Amino acid sequence: MGRIILNNLIRFILLICLQVFFLKNIGFYNFSAAFLYILFILLLPFKISNGLLFLLAFLTGLTVDVFYNTLGLNAAACCVLAFVRIIFINVTVQRDGFDNEPDPRLGIMGFRWFVFYAFITTFFHHLVLFSLETFRFSELGYILSRTIFSSMFTILLMLLAEFTFFRKKVR
Amino acid sequence: MRNLWIIISKYNAFFLLIIFLVLSLVLLVNNNSYQRASAWNSSNRLIGGSFERVNAIKNYLSLGRTNDSLAFENARLRNDLKSSIFSDSIKQQTVTDTLTQQQYTYIVSKVVNNSIHQSNNYITINRGFKHGIKKGMGVMSAKGIVGIVLNVSEHFSTIQSILHSDTRISASVNGNIGSLVWGEGNYDPRLAILKDIPNHVIVKKGNRVVTSGYSLFPSGIEIGRVTRTGLKGGDSFLNIEIWLSTDFSNLQYVYVINNLLSLEQESLEALNKTE
Repeated sequence: MGRIILNNLIRFILLICLQVFFLKNIGFYNFSAAFLYILFILLLPFKISNGLLFLLAFLTGLTVDVFYNTLGLNAAACCVLAFVRIIFINVTVQRDGFDNEPDPRLGIMGFRWFVFYAFITTFFHHLVLFSLETFRFSELGYILSRTIFSSMFTILLMLLAEFTFFRKKVR
Repeated sequence: MRNLWIIISKYNAFFLLIIFLVLSLVLLVNNNSYQRASAWNSSNRLIGGSFERVNAIKNYLSLGRTNDSLAFENARLRNDLKSSIFSDSIKQQTVTDTLTQQQYTYIVSKVVNNSIHQSNNYITINRGFKHGIKKGMGVMSAKGIVGIVLNVSEHFSTIQSILHSDTRISASVNGNIGSLVWGEGNYDPRLAILKDIPNHVIVKKGNRVVTSGYSLFPSGIEIGRVTRTGLKGGDSFLNIEIWLSTDFSNLQYVYVINNLLSLEQESLEALNKTE
């Protein structure tokens, strides 16, 4: 139990640092920006309770917001992300399998499942994020294109990170 | 109550989403100037737009009443218009001079009806015998002569304008007296014919044609300018075409010429006939 908390804490600090000090400055023509910090929320254990998940997601978003100077923007997107994550896991993973598979990781759940999982959650996160940032429905095309290109960038970085810390476990 | 708790705990993810989303949106709108401004703007636009639409419907429903009030106001304004008031004041300029005796006075009047495209054209002015106008007076405008007073009522007079086939006006060009006619094949409201100028007189294009002073008009009032001179075959008189200086198509104010000595002249000339 302590190990899980420690692992997630280290992951949280690393991802936030990476996001706010490094990825914040990287973007392709204001069109594609990576938000890799959501990997922390994605990789929280299956067994986490909904309340704690929402709280952690909200706090993570808020932390990023403090650095991005957009208070509430990432927090809102992370809340939606947590909700999508709960639904997605409810639909795709059996509850009794939680003991064997503690983390929704690439090495544990398989490539296909993880890519799908990452895509759905990232897409909704980015959609909410850019919608709230633009705050105007009239620029729907701009929001959608930014969402799609940024999602591709984020997912690419997620897969890179997951492959870097790949640990093949026998299911 | 228990069922409510069951529902909430069963769908706790959804309720948690709402709680945290609302929390973060409140933070977002309260702490970011752009989003706050946008939120206010859009809500204002929504409210304003709905008010506007309701207002449009209301306006439509009250169109009849609005129309009535506008028509009433129009009528009231029209009553106040200068054109609907019959101006009774006579501007009659008389110069009292002890050395010379005044022969002509002028009565200003406004044209209220006019025609130029008939073969016999008449003009109506808003001055009548009440203002001292009598039958047979000459009428001129600022640019040239207009015609002769034909009929007079209390407030109005009709003028037989130059553009009338019966009008004859004594005119002079280079000191030679002729008579000005209109009609007889020429129905252009800008042109008239000067007749009875003998053949030997040299008349050039552009020469001034003025009144002779033999008729109702004072001498020297401009009539027009010669545009064409031509010989009619076998005739001993020139046929001179004149470009009238008065533009009858936009005639607005005319002056009725009151010859103060006309009575004396007429009574004297009447003696000739009785002899």
